[in-house]
Amino acid sequence: MLQITDVSRRFGDVPALSGVSLEIRQGEFFALLGPSGCGKTTLLRILAGFEEPDAGTVTLDGADLLTQAAHRRPVNLMFQSYALFPHMTVAKNVAYGLERERLPKAEIRERVAEVLEKVGLTETAGRRPDRLSGGQRQRVALARAIVKRPRLLLLDEPLSALDKKVRAEMQLELKRLQHEVGITFVVVTHDQEEAMSLADRIAVLNAGRVEQVDAPVTLYERPATPFVAGFVGANNLFRGTACTGGLSCEGLGVLAGPDGLEEGASALLAVRPERVVLAESGAERDSAGDDADAAEGVEAQDGSGDAVEAVQDTLEGAEVVAEGQGTSPEANAPDVNNAPSGAIEGAGALRGRVADVSFYGGVSHVSVLVPGRDGVVLVATQGATRVQVGSSVTLTWAAEDGVLIPQ
Amino acid sequence: MTVPAVSGATVNTRSRRSRLAERLVFLGPGLAYLIVLLLIPLATVLSFSLFRRGRFGGVIYEASGDNLVRLADPIYLDIVLGSLRIALVATLVALLLGYPTAYLIARLPRKWKTIALVAIVLPFWTNLLIRVYAWIVLLSGPGLVNSALGKLGLGPFEFLYNQGTVVVGLVYSYLPLMVLPLYAAIERLDPRLAEASANLGARPARTFVSVTLPLTLPGVLTGCMFVFVPSFGNFVIPELLGGGRSIMVGNLIRDQFLTARDWPFGSALTLALLAVLIVLLLLQAWSARRA
Repeated sequence: MLQITDVSRRFGDVPALSGVSLEIRQGEFFALLGPSGCGKTTLLRILAGFEEPDAGTVTLDGADLLTQAAHRRPVNLMFQSYALFPHMTVAKNVAYGLERERLPKAEIRERVAEVLEKVGLTETAGRRPDRLSGGQRQRVALARAIVKRPRLLLLDEPLSALDKKVRAEMQLELKRLQHEVGITFVVVTHDQEEAMSLADRIAVLNAGRVEQVDAPVTLYERPATPFVAGFVGANNLFRGTACTGGLSCEGLGVLAGPDGLEEGASALLAVRPERVVLAESGAERDSAGDDADAAEGVEAQDGSGDAVEAVQDTLEGAEVVAEGQGTSPEANAPDVNNAPSGAIEGAGALRGRVADVSFYGGVSHVSVLVPGRDGVVLVATQGATRVQVGSSVTLTWAAEDGVLIPQ
Repeated sequence: MTVPAVSGATVNTRSRRSRLAERLVFLGPGLAYLIVLLLIPLATVLSFSLFRRGRFGGVIYEASGDNLVRLADPIYLDIVLGSLRIALVATLVALLLGYPTAYLIARLPRKWKTIALVAIVLPFWTNLLIRVYAWIVLLSGPGLVNSALGKLGLGPFEFLYNQGTVVVGLVYSYLPLMVLPLYAAIERLDPRLAEASANLGARPARTFVSVTLPLTLPGVLTGCMFVFVPSFGNFVIPELLGGGRSIMVGNLIRDQFLTARDWPFGSALTLALLAVLIVLLLLQAWSARRA
């Protein structure tokens, strides 16, 4: 239905979009996900007609969209700031688009009432926007955009201005509405949870390029690029080379992972925290103590609180990348080689020491320091965990739970 | 429990008193200036309107309503209404010129914005008389405009010394006072509102009428006030460009005080002028509060 082909846009020297191609299907809830500055808003503004691409084409139902003036496009946009007209009542705001179509007054009144009821704002029809709560404003903006029954509805960070609880409610409501009105939705967001919970398909954008377009589950379980692996959800990323049985990672040995890449190819192994199985290695107390020393050794050799920072990063859900090359512990600290390695021979498991345990209610996050790896390995467990900071643990995962991404 | 409450109350009174002192320090000089140099002289002059004229100027302190009755005389009423018309036309022209200017400046990149604003304010750094005389040089019989037109085989025209020239002079002098508040209002306007309007199917003209103009109306009213007020009571510009006849209230008032030596009537005219302006200011304040 909507065909975006090779769209590029530069602002001065900065490319905002480079060769973006996407196909959005009829009736779909599509999300453009990416960090701020990835070009997703620029793409939305191009679709709405507020911005022109330097190159590329956009067609809607086969007709060229770019040659149409903004006010003639069958595309409505819900602004991030909502952009409600402050001098008009809610009803007037919603009626504005219909009045531009010169519809009969009775029909306008009817459709405004209908859409206000749909978003649950019938009582506030006579109020000005400044007398509304954030959630109500958001719904007025939505009502104003869908009342015109556009072919395509664009939503720019629709829920970002709302607090967490209202946001969850509105997510459900958005989904319900999309189902009811059957309009194709394209939502722009930097919030991966929002994208995952709302969208049928997600396009991940990074630095003006499309990294991957897939259904949320596929995106989460089979990230196609290192960026997607790091951006979508928390992930443990190991850098190394592909080998039989998984990934050969310097300092850690062979880590379990799927086959499929050419042996010796540079690759990234991504393992979700909830896929890592954590076992306390209580029986090996003595060597565990050595491990702990070794871990401290690594930390000390790095010469800073890097490990601590890494733990904090992990708590914020950022990626944790083990630097296999460059500043490898080997290069800096030859004596670490003599310390017992974190890898258990052949088993593809890691041994380490718990550096931090955070309880989030439904899940707990355990950060494990593994000798031979900068930063920590993050493990997510259901409910509370009995593991304590300082105890020695063994980490394993099934080969098929890892994702091997070529670099 | 009571002790902190009591000490709290003391702190409260003390801070209230010190706040009052603080306000006096900041507002005092300005207040004194206004009272001594504006309110007292103004009240004195306005009180003249209730007395009889002295033979050689000055005032004889005998109560009289004659001056106020004389205001209704068609000769003077015409001049007041004529001034009103000239000031309104000047304000309207300034608005029509000022709005697009302010709009363009508000949409310029930041660097150019500053330059454009300085250029708008720049004429204020030159003496008003000199700037108005410049118009005489431009528009007089053998002036620059006529000699240029002469080369095209046109003219010479009599541009000077009519109401039109006065309007030109007023617009020229007070246009910056129109542009600045308009600029401030347009600059504050979220550009996304115009985008939202376009997105909902409004052509640019419709967006202007339904969104941009209503939301910048306070700026429009302020700008109009800033041009209208000094235009209505002006006497320098009509004196120089209007041909020296008493065509505006300002000239009439000056003539009453300095030529006719009828201070009480001059003061009655001043009262009328002030009354009109106060009513307009109240209207503006009222509509600004509603918007």
